[in-house]
Amino acid sequence: MTAMKKFWNNKTLRSNTITYAVVILGFVIMQTLSSMGMLGSAVKGYLVPICVYIVLAVSLNLLVGVCGELSLGHAGFMGIGAFTGIVIAAVTAQLIPEGTVRLIVAMAAGGILAGAVGFLVGIPVLRLRGDYLAIVTLAFGEIMKNLINNMYVGIDEAGFHMVISTEQMKLLPGGTMIISGPLGATSIQKLATFPMGFALILVTLFVVLNLIHSKEGRAIKAVRDNRIAAESVGIPVTAFRLKAFVVSAFLAGMAGALFGLNFSSLTASKFNFNTSINILVFVVLGGMGNILGSVISATVLYVLPEAMRSLQDYRMILYAVVLIVVMLCTWSPKIKNAIRAMPVLLRERFRGRRKEAGSHE
Amino acid sequence: MNEYSKKMIQVPSYNLLREQDADKQPVLDVRNLGIDFGGLTAVDSFQMTIGPTEISGLIGPNGAGKTTIFNLLTGVYQPTRGSILLNGIDTKGMTTAKVNRLGIARTFQNIRLFTDMSALDNVKVGMHNAIRCSFASSVLRLPGYFKAEKAANEKAMELLEFMGLADVADTKAGSLPYGVQRRLEIARALATNPSIILLDEPAAGMNPSETAELMHQIRRIRDTFQIAIFLIEHDMNLVMGVCEGIVVVNYGRIIAKGTPEQIKNDPAVIEAYLGRKECGDAEN
Repeated sequence: MTAMKKFWNNKTLRSNTITYAVVILGFVIMQTLSSMGMLGSAVKGYLVPICVYIVLAVSLNLLVGVCGELSLGHAGFMGIGAFTGIVIAAVTAQLIPEGTVRLIVAMAAGGILAGAVGFLVGIPVLRLRGDYLAIVTLAFGEIMKNLINNMYVGIDEAGFHMVISTEQMKLLPGGTMIISGPLGATSIQKLATFPMGFALILVTLFVVLNLIHSKEGRAIKAVRDNRIAAESVGIPVTAFRLKAFVVSAFLAGMAGALFGLNFSSLTASKFNFNTSINILVFVVLGGMGNILGSVISATVLYVLPEAMRSLQDYRMILYAVVLIVVMLCTWSPKIKNAIRAMPVLLRERFRGRRKEAGSHE
Repeated sequence: MNEYSKKMIQVPSYNLLREQDADKQPVLDVRNLGIDFGGLTAVDSFQMTIGPTEISGLIGPNGAGKTTIFNLLTGVYQPTRGSILLNGIDTKGMTTAKVNRLGIARTFQNIRLFTDMSALDNVKVGMHNAIRCSFASSVLRLPGYFKAEKAANEKAMELLEFMGLADVADTKAGSLPYGVQRRLEIARALATNPSIILLDEPAAGMNPSETAELMHQIRRIRDTFQIAIFLIEHDMNLVMGVCEGIVVVNYGRIIAKGTPEQIKNDPAVIEAYLGRKECGDAEN
């Protein structure tokens, strides 16, 4: 009993448990429905992308919400992860026949490369702040997209080929193209599964929540709240912004690899500015620094436009309206207070009526 | 005359040192420090030493350059001229974070707490470099994390208790009363395990009884942690009551140095604060 009480009084432990519980519950429900054959093929197709976007939203939240750095290039890291994952999965096809193991290897490779790029880009970029950082990360995302758009990767008996123009691409007979420039990657072996997506969400939550509630997380939040004070107590500010940036890029790369191995073909144009903004919208709507919020908003906002497909052109208008309404409800103090006051108001009204009734007697 | 100033001895050309500090290396040795902002010389030929357990004060009229001197000492600004030796190490070119790790902690004139964090977490942020726990072990929640975190909690609670803040440990720093926030800032600065702590107007916004309590606390900090304290303050009761050596600056230059008694009677100081006497003389 006291253990339970102690548990409920510990705010961080409580909120973390709720976050994990919601995710696990969601997985169990969807998995049960799926195994009972109650999900249509369209809905089944959403499951992995939802997992991917949840991971992207949570990892971007680490950067935007917890660290307070506005990044508009998250899709760039996702793209690096996706194409790295595709290449690794194709190259190791003979080496590792087991699909799940190959997926894990591909995801790890995607994450590591995205993290490494994040590190290299972060060193100069993280000396900037606010709007300037946003602009540079936006440019980074576009550069990554265009780079992949012009990349030709192939494999043959002579080994691995990677060039940036068609003319130079000379594969020996029997070789296969993995990425062919603007046409993207084709005939990808679909390795991604919903359970793996769920596992990736758990890993992400584990890393991000543990990071937030540790010495590192306190330092990151301190840098966000008051940079000068953080420096005055001996926290190397740039190093901590870089750490958050790399972890975020790493997770985005893992998610990207999962995403890439979920479709039979993929082009680099998928990882454009729009995708970066979409992920940012998930984070903002879910609440800055609110991890469970990111999970929920990524799910809802991914499903919403898909579910409204029958409305055709009107669906984006509705989507926008939903965004505006949610924004107002979570941001405007007036509406927030009104919502908060609602239960009290109703209770009072109810009581008032009872009192009136009592006085009549 | 307060009890502390009796024990002072004169050190040629520098500040006053406590008797017990006399043969020790000064914690802070500032030589000919100066900074220009464009064409404006904000601080010039600032020179002083502070002994390992000395309480010194920095006073002067508004705009005299006091906070600029603090910013120079903590590495927020890089000096144009001169050098700062912290425990014998030249801090030239070091970042604020590095200077702090070498032993200077500070508080701010306009309080800079991490307002969204609890008081306890604010102190734990201060202990950042003292917590021995690797990135991997905090992310993977290895046993080292729990051990380090437990030790940090205990140490942070001790510091809060020391500053009389134990009962607000879980309160958000931003919602604490002003005077309490000032004390929390001191607790956070102490958490970095400094050899000297710089207090920028610690009594600002405090009532007389809180100020008296603060004076007592400043002495207690020195006696408990055996560290030096250097403070900027406009409240003369506090400065005269607690400081053993005082430096007075005006227009970025030192105009007087000495014990509280000497400073009180120094004509240059009186002039800086109250202006010249000549008008009154002419009328009489």
